[in-house]
Amino acid sequence: MKSCLVVDDSRVVRKVARKILEELNFVCSEAEDGKQAMDLCAVSMPDAILLDWNMPVMTGIEFLRRLRKMSGGQSPKVVFCTTENDLAHIQEALSAGANEYIMKPFDSEIIQTKFQQVGLL
Amino acid sequence: MKVEDFDMFCTMLRQRSGLVLTKDKAYLLESRLMPVARKWNLKTLDELATTVRTRKDENLLKDITEAMTTNESSFFRDQKPFDQFKQVVLPALLESRAAKKSIRIWSAACSSGQEAYSLAMMLAEESSRLAGWRIEIVGTDLSSEMVEKSRAGIYTQFEVQRGLPITLLVKYFKQTGDKWQLSSQIRQMASFREYNLLTDLSPLGQFDVVFCRNVLIYFDQPTKTKVLEAIAKQMPSDGVLYLGGAETVLGITDRFKPMEGQRGLYVLP
Repeated sequence: MKSCLVVDDSRVVRKVARKILEELNFVCSEAEDGKQAMDLCAVSMPDAILLDWNMPVMTGIEFLRRLRKMSGGQSPKVVFCTTENDLAHIQEALSAGANEYIMKPFDSEIIQTKFQQVGLL
Repeated sequence: MKVEDFDMFCTMLRQRSGLVLTKDKAYLLESRLMPVARKWNLKTLDELATTVRTRKDENLLKDITEAMTTNESSFFRDQKPFDQFKQVVLPALLESRAAKKSIRIWSAACSSGQEAYSLAMMLAEESSRLAGWRIEIVGTDLSSEMVEKSRAGIYTQFEVQRGLPITLLVKYFKQTGDKWQLSSQIRQMASFREYNLLTDLSPLGQFDVVFCRNVLIYFDQPTKTKVLEAIAKQMPSDGVLYLGGAETVLGITDRFKPMEGQRGLYVLP
């Protein structure tokens, strides 16, 4: 089973995403912000990270830049999942090392096809 | 809905689009025809049925047919057919058409154009192999509304996330308000026209590749046979036909046979 870390400051979004991902046979863990996500990744690198952009303490983009510099931090497939839906943000995410990008609102079909596209399914 | 009204709508839809509506789809008729009734200032489906009978207005019949024909689509729908196109169909055509350097592709019942444009983007990604080639992508649909939507190449945020890799969104779309429009580079690669698959197909010309996926499922057996045989006439002897995952030619026509080792692809015998 593959693992996915869900990083979002909204408990509701984490719950919805977790349910979808568990149906796709992922083992999920959750973090409320980039800092918590860093701590979890330092202990164990997940196969996938579903990542919100705007969060307190540490934003998603800041987390991603740090992650990609960590030892083993190149391996997780990172899929942004955010309300930021303009081209500038998407390009910034891709150049920081994101593998895919989901613009909220999302549904299970979008998560599934995006995860397929990056080879997680 | 009265039984005679249901039967009348069914007969009309079958004649005009080939759509076969079974009794269990009555709810579909009701949910999709109410907006049409409202547009024509009619309060109920009873009134709509009466108006159809008495006025025989071509525009009204057209609105009803368009409302009932399914328009579900997404970019790179099912993915596999596009992988097969890139790995099997395109290399074969590049070899067999090397002299005339021209390929024609048909997206039959193209809905809002995503299949045609997925092919266009895929070809744009392969442009280094295609220098000097003339590749024409033609999308046809029964619905004038869908043809217009296809031509515009404008999609909602939801539509551009279904099946479309983010790198292609960034590369080939521009954002206009809350919508996304395909670049003129991609739009120029495909043309769209209103066309009914049940009519004479010869004016469309010959196609090396025909995508007719998830279209036949709405037709009854004789209509499936008729459409497939008409399509076969528009293809050269080495043409390739794509059908949807749930569709087959088996027991329907012997004008096509499955391509060996390539699920969903059919060739002429």
